[in-house]
Amino acid sequence: MNSINNSRRNFIKNTGALALGATLPISLVELAFADSSENFTFAYISDAHIQHIKDNRFVRNWDRGLIRAVAETNLLTPKPDFVMFGGDLAQLGSKPELDHGAEILSALHGDVRYVMGEHDYYLDLGEYWQKLFGPQYYSFDHKGVHFVVLNSIKTFDDWTFKRWPTAEQRMLEMAGLDNPNGSPFMVGDEQRLWLKKDLDKIKKDTPVVVFSHSPLQKIYKGWNFWTEDAEQVQALLKPFNKVSVIYGHVHQIQYNQIGNISFNSVMATAWPWPYPQSYAQAEQYLPKLTVPMNRADPFFERDATGWQFINIANGNADLNFTLYDNSSRIVRYNKKLKRPEDAVYQDEKARIIPQTHY
Amino acid sequence: MTTYQQTAMALCLAFTATGSALADEFSAAEVQRWQQQFMTVVAEGRELWTSPKLGSNTVACAQCHPNAANTHPETYPKFQKQLGKVVPLWEMINWCLKNPLEGQPLAADDPKMTALQAYITHERRGVKLEPGKH
Repeated sequence: MNSINNSRRNFIKNTGALALGATLPISLVELAFADSSENFTFAYISDAHIQHIKDNRFVRNWDRGLIRAVAETNLLTPKPDFVMFGGDLAQLGSKPELDHGAEILSALHGDVRYVMGEHDYYLDLGEYWQKLFGPQYYSFDHKGVHFVVLNSIKTFDDWTFKRWPTAEQRMLEMAGLDNPNGSPFMVGDEQRLWLKKDLDKIKKDTPVVVFSHSPLQKIYKGWNFWTEDAEQVQALLKPFNKVSVIYGHVHQIQYNQIGNISFNSVMATAWPWPYPQSYAQAEQYLPKLTVPMNRADPFFERDATGWQFINIANGNADLNFTLYDNSSRIVRYNKKLKRPEDAVYQDEKARIIPQTHY
Repeated sequence: MTTYQQTAMALCLAFTATGSALADEFSAAEVQRWQQQFMTVVAEGRELWTSPKLGSNTVACAQCHPNAANTHPETYPKFQKQLGKVVPLWEMINWCLKNPLEGQPLAADDPKMTALQAYITHERRGVKLEPGKH
């Protein structure tokens, strides 16, 4: 617990008179550096949905969410080793949106790596995004951890290449979360083949962290809280001792454990989504383990949005959620029970009324 | 029989004789037609719900509320703490039109407001009424 106090002291010292410092919930930055020299942290910002209105105008609300996440990430002490952006930087994949988003993200200090989201992809199949941010899928190693980034929002070729008269319409059809004309996300044969080759080189006791935009598990197909070939991807990850999958897209807190794989979602900076059980007509499979985030209060513009600070402690991912208008949340890997758990609310009796969704 | 009763009976016989339907008699075809009328308005509501043109900033209702989820029509009217009073659903819809959509509010009897409410409640069908619930 000393590390919390140290973090707070250092933080206040380093930010000095910055007004924002007073409101930053830095107490959640519980670092485990003292336990192991291997532990490190990185920040995760996702789902900004920068939305072009026309000319030089963008939706102010979504802009503010991303600008705030960038500013707060820059204030973190100690500095995170790198920053991930989890996809859906744009709303309709246009150059103005990707450029405007890239401009805001350019204020981040340190290395930033990117994940492809469907809102970035379906206008030009990621061509302009690739020019700005690099390859659509790749891997890298950092302090003994093997990181993999997948483009998990691809779909059937028929849908992508044959169904729509224009690229603009294709983008609009996929952008509607609840659009019955949409199509299920998938990693696809090509990337799974690449992933197999990539992982073949990695020792089985190496911690593996996979970043994808969609959940690499099946929760609710109607809103693409879903990856069609999730089981096949999970099978490739099965031989490893410690695997974490971190995904965006869902704009809400979700976590789960399937065999050796821990799943954690990240928050959006733009707006929150309802849990699928709030749709009375849906057949859905929200993991039982998940303690939901609070029901959003729209009168607080940034409620149920935020970003997160991830601590890789002994190879497992602990997520510290910075929620602008709610109490912060920590979802930490429980070594005894071998699954992620909320640090405060996991017990049924510890839950609060706003966590009930209906 | 009073004069009144005689007159009433005469009227009933007259209607029966001319074949006019009684107030509580309607056919399956009529039920189907009324249902179609309703579903047409539901479809209009879905169009508005997903339209970038309902407000002024291209934001659509469906962006935050896929399938109108998290709108809880079964809980209205209810005390909306942020407005400081008990409000029906349409007042909350107008709050959303003015704020996240940066647009103009609709009159309570505007056909667009009717369509939005038809869509929202249709997506929530089967859920029991719980006015006032939070």
